Amino acid sequence: MSKKLRDIPVTVIQDDGEYEEIHLYSKHKKIYPRWVNGLFNRWRILFVVITQLFFYGMPWIQMNGRQALLFNLNEHIFYIYGFVFLPQDFIYLTALLLASAIGLFAWTTAGGRLWCGYACPQTVYTEIFLWIEKWVEGDRMARIKLDTAPLSARKIRLKVSKHSIWILLSLWTGFTFVGYFTPIVDLWAEASRFNLSAWETFWVCFYGFATYGNAGWMREQVCKYMCPYARFQSTMFDADTLIISYDAERGDPRGSRKKGTDYKAAGLGDCIDCTVCVQVCPVGIDIRDGLQYECIGCAACIDACDEIMDKMQYPRGLIRYTTENALEHKYPERDIIKKITRPRVMMYVLVLIIILGITVGSLAMRKPIKVNISRDRVAMVREADDGWLENSYRLQIQNADEKAHSYIITTDGLPNSRTIVEGSGQIFVEATASQDIGVRVQVEPGKAGPGGHEMHFIITATDNPAITAREKSSFIGR
Amino acid sequence: MTDFQSIFWNYWIAIIVIGGIVAMTLLLMSQGVVKLKKGENADVTGHKWDGDLEEYNNPLPGWWVMMFYMTIVFSVVYLVLYPGIWGGVWKWTSSNQYGKEVVQADSKYQLLYDKYSKMPIASISKNQDAMDMGKRLYLTYCIQCHGADARGAKGFPNLTDGEWLHGGTPEKILETIANGRHGQMPAFGAVFGEEKVKDAANYVLQLAGKPRNELRASRGAETFKQVCVACHGVEGKGNQDLGAPNLTDNNWLYGGSEAVIIETITNGRSNVMPAWKEFLGDAKVHLLAGYVYGLSNKEKAK
Repeated sequence: MSKKLRDIPVTVIQDDGEYEEIHLYSKHKKIYPRWVNGLFNRWRILFVVITQLFFYGMPWIQMNGRQALLFNLNEHIFYIYGFVFLPQDFIYLTALLLASAIGLFAWTTAGGRLWCGYACPQTVYTEIFLWIEKWVEGDRMARIKLDTAPLSARKIRLKVSKHSIWILLSLWTGFTFVGYFTPIVDLWAEASRFNLSAWETFWVCFYGFATYGNAGWMREQVCKYMCPYARFQSTMFDADTLIISYDAERGDPRGSRKKGTDYKAAGLGDCIDCTVCVQVCPVGIDIRDGLQYECIGCAACIDACDEIMDKMQYPRGLIRYTTENALEHKYPERDIIKKITRPRVMMYVLVLIIILGITVGSLAMRKPIKVNISRDRVAMVREADDGWLENSYRLQIQNADEKAHSYIITTDGLPNSRTIVEGSGQIFVEATASQDIGVRVQVEPGKAGPGGHEMHFIITATDNPAITAREKSSFIGR
Repeated sequence: MTDFQSIFWNYWIAIIVIGGIVAMTLLLMSQGVVKLKKGENADVTGHKWDGDLEEYNNPLPGWWVMMFYMTIVFSVVYLVLYPGIWGGVWKWTSSNQYGKEVVQADSKYQLLYDKYSKMPIASISKNQDAMDMGKRLYLTYCIQCHGADARGAKGFPNLTDGEWLHGGTPEKILETIANGRHGQMPAFGAVFGEEKVKDAANYVLQLAGKPRNELRASRGAETFKQVCVACHGVEGKGNQDLGAPNLTDNNWLYGGSEAVIIETITNGRSNVMPAWKEFLGDAKVHLLAGYVYGLSNKEKAK
């Protein structure tokens, strides 16, 4: 951290000589990030392309005659590639969220705000919107000029076309998002006939508006004031975490100079104070003031500074990815990579591996059938007409497979018993549906004493013995 | 709720709510600016930790405080529209809303029920969709007494065995569900005395074809002819008009052991099936009757 305090921009309302009144809320100042070329920007473009190819493309991919990835909230069925999940599988969502969180922690501890800078939707959409903005209005200077210029036909034309493209893209984003919850092919058929239901229209517009508002208008405000992750990511940082930093030792004192002059003799550092690093910053900070909470780690300033250093024929890396300890010369820069194996990161990775291992293991062993058993509570035990002791149960069989099955029910663990299943004895359950069925279990008189006797119901698909469930229950005798 | 009938509480809440809103607004307005001496540094909050760690005084963005104002506007609008201080412009109450939703649901589902309320009960029992609907109704309203599999329990009739206390024709089943039943057997303990009760019980065992004490049974036959025939008939076949059980079919509501029969004769029985007509309405009762009729006739077919 540099010792110098940053200037907080304040608005002075009135000044009566001795006192001045100061506004406690800052006016929003629009940021005009300048276009930047370079290695890290290419990485970001790559991530934008990958994430958006997935996001816009995935709903259209079909599998087993349905959408490969579909969260059908109306029917409470979640199709995730080869799997069919039901609300009872909620634990897998928990596992996914846990794994995502722990993964993010590991990632942050090792590499700082890599997620924010390259893959976060807020960054990605802001980036896309900026491309559109640049394409329509031009780069930073042109945009500033346009905004300060008086209203003219050209200004209206540019603004209208920019917002139109933004809104179209936003609506398409909202539409795609809804397509994860409603089969997108049907949704498209409805939309092309202007036949969307009220709720679908609402959600398309809602997510469209959220995209337009966040990526078009709010931008860095989301990261600075709303995002919870931005608030607590600093707790995962340590002195070995990758940060983007200006090398003050090398750069200061700053100052402009002619190319090729012996600036060191004039007492200057490598920084030529061209402020390009400030102009490209999407959150509008000056990285040379040290690490700030606003910094989303997008590395645009690295690309910008490296470009300038190349022009000046100075070595690259005046602004670079480094760590606090490396900056303080506790170890050489090339040892940064070794620090990845420090305990803090390894613990996260270990927890992540455990969670993923358990999840994958339980998914591999998962059977597409769920059974719920409720003993009839009206009569604990009753006598059948021929004197056998009888308990009655209701079994709810949920078929979590994508094709219909018939099931047979047997019991296990009750000697001298017989099982009577309602109806034909075989239960037919449609794909992803559930069916409940009455089952009576009878035990020979005198073979089941008072109290509960543990037993199991075994439910097996007739066409595939691998699909079987074994559920514990109890038989009450007397 | 009478604790809150007094008008005082209305004022109490109104003052707190309005006072709170006004105080919040004033607080928010007063905290927008600060007076500082020339040259005073407002960049840091003035807190210091560990000697040199200071906190920046980062100003909130303007739109943030606007959102706060918007919440205040929202609460005022809410208090005008909804009950809070007074009834509210929209006259909303939770019971009104409930009533509306019930009417809505009824109009939606009534169509489904209406489809079957004209259908004869015997045909409902053969219609899979109607039976599925009936089953769901049954599992909601009837399961508590008759059990999930409708086989009843001690004191609650089995609906699947084709044996009926009040008759198993569609009309009778409908009548039973709609209007309820009250099955009563008087207590004869005091009238007969212990010995005579035992004799009668053994005759009942004989009627059912169960093991018994022959001597007692033949004595009990006399008692039966004098008293019990009135309801259970000469052959003990019962009487469905009265709801008197058939004693010969070995199908027992309370149990067929000698001890239980003695208890029945001594203390009598009183058994109530509630009337559902008011609560469920005709259409649902009709559908349920079809379902129950289907249950017993399915068993017979086997």
